[in-house]
Amino acid sequence: MKNIRNFCIIAHIDHGKSTLADRLLDFTGSVTEREKQNQLLDSMDLERERGITIKSHAIQMDYTYKGEQYVLNLIDTPGHVDFSYEVSRSIAACEGALLIVDAAQSIQAQTISNLYLALENDLEIIPILNKVDLPSANPEEVTDDIVELLGCKPEDVIHASGKTGFGVDKILEAVIERIPAPKGDPNAPLQALIFDSVYNTFRGIETYFRVFDGEIKKGQKIKFVATDKEYYADEVGTLKLTQVAKQSVKAGDVGYLITGIKTAKEVKVGDTITDFANPTTNIVEGFEDVKPMVFAGIYPVDTEDYEELRSSMEKLQLNDASLVFMPESSAALGFGFRCGFLGMLHMEIIQERLEREFDMTVITTVPNVSYHAYTNKNPDTAFIVNNPSDLPDPSTVNRVEEPYIKATIITKSDFVGNVMSLCIEKRGNVLNQTYLTPERVELTFEMPLAEIVFDFYDRLKTVSKGYASFDYHPIGMKVSKLVRLDILLNAQPVDALSALIHADNAQNIGKKMCEKLKELIPRQQFDIPIQAAVGAKIISRETIKALRKDVTAKCYGGDISRKRKLLEKQKKGKKRMRQVGNVEIPQQAFMAVLKLND
Amino acid sequence: MSGIYIHIPFCKQACHYCDFHFSTSLKKKDLLVSALVKELELRKGEFKHQVIQTIYFGGGTPSLLSIEELRLLIEEVYKHYIVAANPEITLEANPDDLLDDSSKSIFKAYKSIGINRLSIGIQSFFEEDLKLMNRAHNSEEAKICLEEATQYFDNISIDLIYGIPGMTSKRWLQNIETALAFNIPHISSYALTVEPKTALDTFIKKGLIKNVDDDLAQEQFHILIEKLEAAGFIHYELSNFGKPGYFSRNNSAYWQGKRYLGIGPSAHSFDGEHRGWNVRNNTKYINALEQNVVPIETETLSTTDKYNEYVMTGLRTIWGVSLEKVETDFGLGYKKYLLEQSQKHILEHLLYLEDDKLLVTTKGKFLSDGIASDLFKINAS
Ligand SMILES: Nc1nc2c(ncn2[C@@H]2O[C@H](COP(=O)(O)OP(=O)(O)O)[C@@H](O)[C@H]2O)c(=O)[nH]1
Ligand code: SF4
Ligand SMILES: [Mg+2]
Repeated sequence: MKNIRNFCIIAHIDHGKSTLADRLLDFTGSVTEREKQNQLLDSMDLERERGITIKSHAIQMDYTYKGEQYVLNLIDTPGHVDFSYEVSRSIAACEGALLIVDAAQSIQAQTISNLYLALENDLEIIPILNKVDLPSANPEEVTDDIVELLGCKPEDVIHASGKTGFGVDKILEAVIERIPAPKGDPNAPLQALIFDSVYNTFRGIETYFRVFDGEIKKGQKIKFVATDKEYYADEVGTLKLTQVAKQSVKAGDVGYLITGIKTAKEVKVGDTITDFANPTTNIVEGFEDVKPMVFAGIYPVDTEDYEELRSSMEKLQLNDASLVFMPESSAALGFGFRCGFLGMLHMEIIQERLEREFDMTVITTVPNVSYHAYTNKNPDTAFIVNNPSDLPDPSTVNRVEEPYIKATIITKSDFVGNVMSLCIEKRGNVLNQTYLTPERVELTFEMPLAEIVFDFYDRLKTVSKGYASFDYHPIGMKVSKLVRLDILLNAQPVDALSALIHADNAQNIGKKMCEKLKELIPRQQFDIPIQAAVGAKIISRETIKALRKDVTAKCYGGDISRKRKLLEKQKKGKKRMRQVGNVEIPQQAFMAVLKLND
Repeated sequence: MSGIYIHIPFCKQACHYCDFHFSTSLKKKDLLVSALVKELELRKGEFKHQVIQTIYFGGGTPSLLSIEELRLLIEEVYKHYIVAANPEITLEANPDDLLDDSSKSIFKAYKSIGINRLSIGIQSFFEEDLKLMNRAHNSEEAKICLEEATQYFDNISIDLIYGIPGMTSKRWLQNIETALAFNIPHISSYALTVEPKTALDTFIKKGLIKNVDDDLAQEQFHILIEKLEAAGFIHYELSNFGKPGYFSRNNSAYWQGKRYLGIGPSAHSFDGEHRGWNVRNNTKYINALEQNVVPIETETLSTTDKYNEYVMTGLRTIWGVSLEKVETDFGLGYKKYLLEQSQKHILEHLLYLEDDKLLVTTKGKFLSDGIASDLFKINAS
């Protein structure tokens, strides 16, 4: 055990986590030339393309240091606030963390909040000043920032470059010298923490775990504490670039487990694995059943694809236990599903995976958070509203509560004013303002989660010229003045376009919705009135004028194939539209409310 | 029935709305004519068993060629191809070229080399319109030229453009009436279209010229149909009107899926199965032919491609889309699909069925591209 080191990497998006992980793998000889590729740990195409880590990954490296063999387990974590629970569990599986800070960008909100998590878990922090090769690097100042944040010495900060490989040896040295070896009792009953799971078509769910006490042996009868289910450990092993089956994985080490489990739901991140016959009395703290934060309807563009959509969603859920869904129906869209997501990025990822991996063209409706409605009849029982149409008749409602968050934003002092006004516009209350350095300010707000759903990220980026980072966590429910904004096309309400919003925003959002829909819905052969309404009151209207001319004047020899191709393209576009009444609505119009300020 | 199209890629000056292939430098005219001659010879094998019914000089501005050059090209066609007894031989001409020759012998000369149909680029009889479009002729020339042409040629077509920024429907009506007074048997009339990257496009974007107004264009389109039909013209294709016996045989071939050989830079060809297009660059075209190479790219049409093209062109004509033809040429599945997709438009009175033909209504005519694309079939990719 004394030669094992378990560590994770904490970094803001794009500060170089994946690149540096690649260098560590190179340097320790964990990958052969042939296996090399960029962002090796990001295995999903989507992760590679977008340059974001969506799932946690773990990899074991062997390294000889001062004549001794060490086993280094690196646990890579998602870099987005939607996945902060997973991050917290990965952190709990480690004794140390590399805190990577971009030498040009300095510390960002996510770095800090994950750092606090790591400190709460008593992790040894190794600060790394990355991208020192950049001409725009600002090593002295950023080192000062780090020293101030951690209370460490400037000499503790390792200068490195994932690009050139500079400093990688120093990082490995620090991992071994500074991060404590795991402590734990190899002879105690098995206690292991599940920090992730991956679906494999052939082998079912692979569970990734860290053993604290005891060992997990091939063939052993084990129990998952939170789900209270028993399994046999059909296979256990460690995670090299490919899996290496072992007879057992012992205290202090990280590994994988295969039990024949078929659905991800049974494997809950944060759960404790123990021995069935001789269970531990000591479960790993911090387990939570993750709850979806954002809800939206997902419908097939073609109504006939409903069953296929269901089976695709089920398959996706095998991989992604945090996706929840249940059937619902919409007058406009027919049968579909109300889905719960961890956040907006998670929602986007699910939609994109459905399209890519399952070839499903779907319509996603306006997302909303989960509200609690209390009726006059039952003023003490919360009625959960996950869908605008679930909101009870306003006359019967006693009150509605909405989820609030505590948001942390770090920005340059120049943009404090802009960020403040944005947050206040978004119904936020300033809780605190701290100057981390003379140029860098940390702002904390209390604000409704629903406001984050509506174009907050894009606005924040704009008002801060990209120099703001953002993080949040939920702090509970508060009473709110909520109304349902309905949209009527051709005088017919389209339920899938309804949104729950704060009463004070209704006028403004209604107006922008009408304008946006006018822009997104193509002109058709007749005039289409668009109206926004709250209850029976129309608060805004626009008209999409009928198409007058949709024909090219000339169609001679040379025009024929060019024109056929053009019209084929149009036809393909129309196939992605949904006919509601006699109006063709493009896919993206259902999300119009999210793009009101574009 | 098949035809030969010969593209003459030169113009005196560039009209602001035009996106055809042409050059305003005549330096390479001789070389280009030699290349056309060469292409006609090299491609004779493709039309070995075809009888040529129509020869069409299009452009650009074919009236920039001399009589000798035109004669040579016509002779070359006769030399390498089987030509029908009474072929339709059309020359596209601009009014200013037809007036250059004060002796008026130009019309006689055209007749003497076999040209029997003129398609004259009048576009408008009003100075404002001609200026806005940067045409090379003025309104006076437009009229004089027509007066003279009609003395020599009976089969004359003119082009007229409507929907020009600043053109009122009243002025448009006057244009139509002026044209009718010349008693010509064929009119091609187009809504002004703002093609990307043309001068017109730039001027509109810069706000120098008002954008075209679709509502007005639609109104003028309906005035056009009403006036010309009243004068005995048949609206046989979306932009073409002819007196009985005077439909353009060359152009009708395009809409009826007939074969044609396109000679010259940017010209297109169709042999029933493949579409081909020559390089759209005079120098590249000339260089290739100097090497005895025809610079053409081709694509093979799938059944679905052919169905889509038939629907697209059929809807533009009085011949419509024949359900029987769809069934025999493409299969019962296509016919069923077509009927299914047409339902909505039939209910909205944009399409109607007459005997076994699917046709666009007057209301649907100006929307026929969108309607066609609804009827298209897209193969699962
Ligand atoms: N110049 C320079 N660029 C780097 C360095 N490390 C990463 N990058 C670049 O920074 C971007 C983000 O890196 P990535 O490893 O994907 O960051 P992650 O989001 O933290 O995983 C990529 O374009 C990398 O090529 C470095 O040390 N120097
Ligand atoms: S004369 Fe004809 S081809 Fe030449 S620029 Fe004008 S419109 Fe275009
Ligand atoms: Mg990454």
